[in-house]
Amino acid sequence: MSTRRALFSPSFAIGFGRGWLTAGFVFLYLPILTLVIYSFNKSPLPTVWGGFTLDWYVKLASDQEMLGGLWLSLQIAFMSATTSVVLGCLAAFSLVKYSRFTGRTLFNGMVNAPLVMPEVIVGLSLLLLLVALQSVFGARGMMTIWLGHVLLGMSYATVVVQARLQDMNPQLEEAAMDLGARPHQVFLLVTLPLISQALASAWLLTFSLSLDDVVVSAFLSGPGSTTMPLVIFSRARLGLNPSVNAVATVIIAIVAVFVTVASVLIARAERRRAEEVNAALRANP
Amino acid sequence: MRGRTLVIGVPFAWLMLFFLAPFLIVLNYSVSEMGSVRPENIYAVVDGAIKLTLKYSNYLSIAGDGLYFKAYLSSLKYAAITTVLCLTIGYPFAYFMARARATLQPALLMLVMLPFWTSFLLRVYAWKGLLEEGGWVARLLQALHLDGLLLQTGMIAAAGKYMNTPFSLVIGMTYTYLPFMILPLYAALAKMDLRLLEAAADLGATPWEAFWKITVPLSKAGIIAGSMLVFIPCVGEFVTPELLGGPQTLMIGRVLWDEFFSNNDWPMASSVAVVLILLIVVPLAVFNKYQAEAQERSR
Repeated sequence: MSTRRALFSPSFAIGFGRGWLTAGFVFLYLPILTLVIYSFNKSPLPTVWGGFTLDWYVKLASDQEMLGGLWLSLQIAFMSATTSVVLGCLAAFSLVKYSRFTGRTLFNGMVNAPLVMPEVIVGLSLLLLLVALQSVFGARGMMTIWLGHVLLGMSYATVVVQARLQDMNPQLEEAAMDLGARPHQVFLLVTLPLISQALASAWLLTFSLSLDDVVVSAFLSGPGSTTMPLVIFSRARLGLNPSVNAVATVIIAIVAVFVTVASVLIARAERRRAEEVNAALRANP
Repeated sequence: MRGRTLVIGVPFAWLMLFFLAPFLIVLNYSVSEMGSVRPENIYAVVDGAIKLTLKYSNYLSIAGDGLYFKAYLSSLKYAAITTVLCLTIGYPFAYFMARARATLQPALLMLVMLPFWTSFLLRVYAWKGLLEEGGWVARLLQALHLDGLLLQTGMIAAAGKYMNTPFSLVIGMTYTYLPFMILPLYAALAKMDLRLLEAAADLGATPWEAFWKITVPLSKAGIIAGSMLVFIPCVGEFVTPELLGGPQTLMIGRVLWDEFFSNNDWPMASSVAVVLILLIVVPLAVFNKYQAEAQERSR
């Protein structure tokens, strides 16, 4: 490179790039790191280090409000992730496989709208529906929060599954049909195994969305159905609270283990599939 | 054929019932007024004919009352500032990520996405501790003597006080939405053909010219997608303004929340919601147009 062309020297550019990336990652991870560090802080003040302690964890173990909220949140997250993936899978299938049906544009719009709709509006509108149909849905509680989370989660699940279905080689399904498989057999024996990884990531994504949601849950929860994010939110609103740090650390630890295990499993499955494809290609060149 | 009806019908019916119907109810309530317990019905059957009574008082007070107008305006303002900040931080970030060694890129991508998996609420909460007097970031800002600049731009009201100011709000939202900016930008920059830059250099362009005339236009789709993915949710944000914002940073999400939960005025909350949707329709249309074009191209 001639000196006229070089804006910076190459080594400066490399150093600048590394510096920017490092600073960016510090920005992304610093808050998470401080949450963990201050959960072991003896001082209740969030900015003063008073020595190491496990007190906040001991207190957490007997914090009925938080633990009750956690149990409720986990149940709702499990149910809404499962429902979201089933509905999202159907919706993605409709959009990818059937290019023409009545109301397709409306359907596509409705699937994508919750992704960008402000959560306050999703929560408000669903609540007004539930109030209008109170005789059908009964009082607000676990089921109504589940409904709200499925509405949000389904859109995310659809996007994830849709992307996978679009990538998929249609010849695989055509081959199965040529070999005499019925449509439901094609789906169960060919399509489902091929999209299983997308289904798993959609499930994990919707699970964590549900576990984290404040706004929609606040609109749809009733007395006695306070989810963990609502407990955390109401304490955080009042100020800093070391009990929140302890919960945060527990959640971060669980997520870290979960994500590591999941990515190892996914990488292994991917490798196995690549090997099978290669073996098949070698057998039938 | 029956299978097909079922596959389309189930999610379709679900969305009609839980997305479209609630939305129509919001529209309906927005043109009514609060009765003693419930909003009044906008139609009544009088002498066998349906009589429609639409009340526009909510919309009139949104237009007339300075409070709502200010809240809408500040929502747009803080969303715009956040978008610009995310782009400023995110563009070089995505650029260097896309130009990093190919073996390193999956790990970098994973590191950008990992914070998604930890609770968003907790990450916003963490900033409270960082920006509080004596917090790590607060001390860093003071050491860097950035107070003067922040005071001048009106981001903080008093030196050394960062919490519950426009500054803490913008930091919180930038932090939350930065990955939404980085990912589309990275996708656009990573698939760029680097030979174009070589060709530009051979034709006599400086790296700086090549960057502005080739790299930036080619990443336009990523810039627009990322900006909309940051701007649209920021306009209606509730949790971050509630936890990190202050008296100066009234945003429309909070106004809607208060109308509903504190004032118990459902029709007013519905009208605020309708106007909020109108605010995000334009950026949404832009986003959809570019997404559709990008899909066309990739086919």
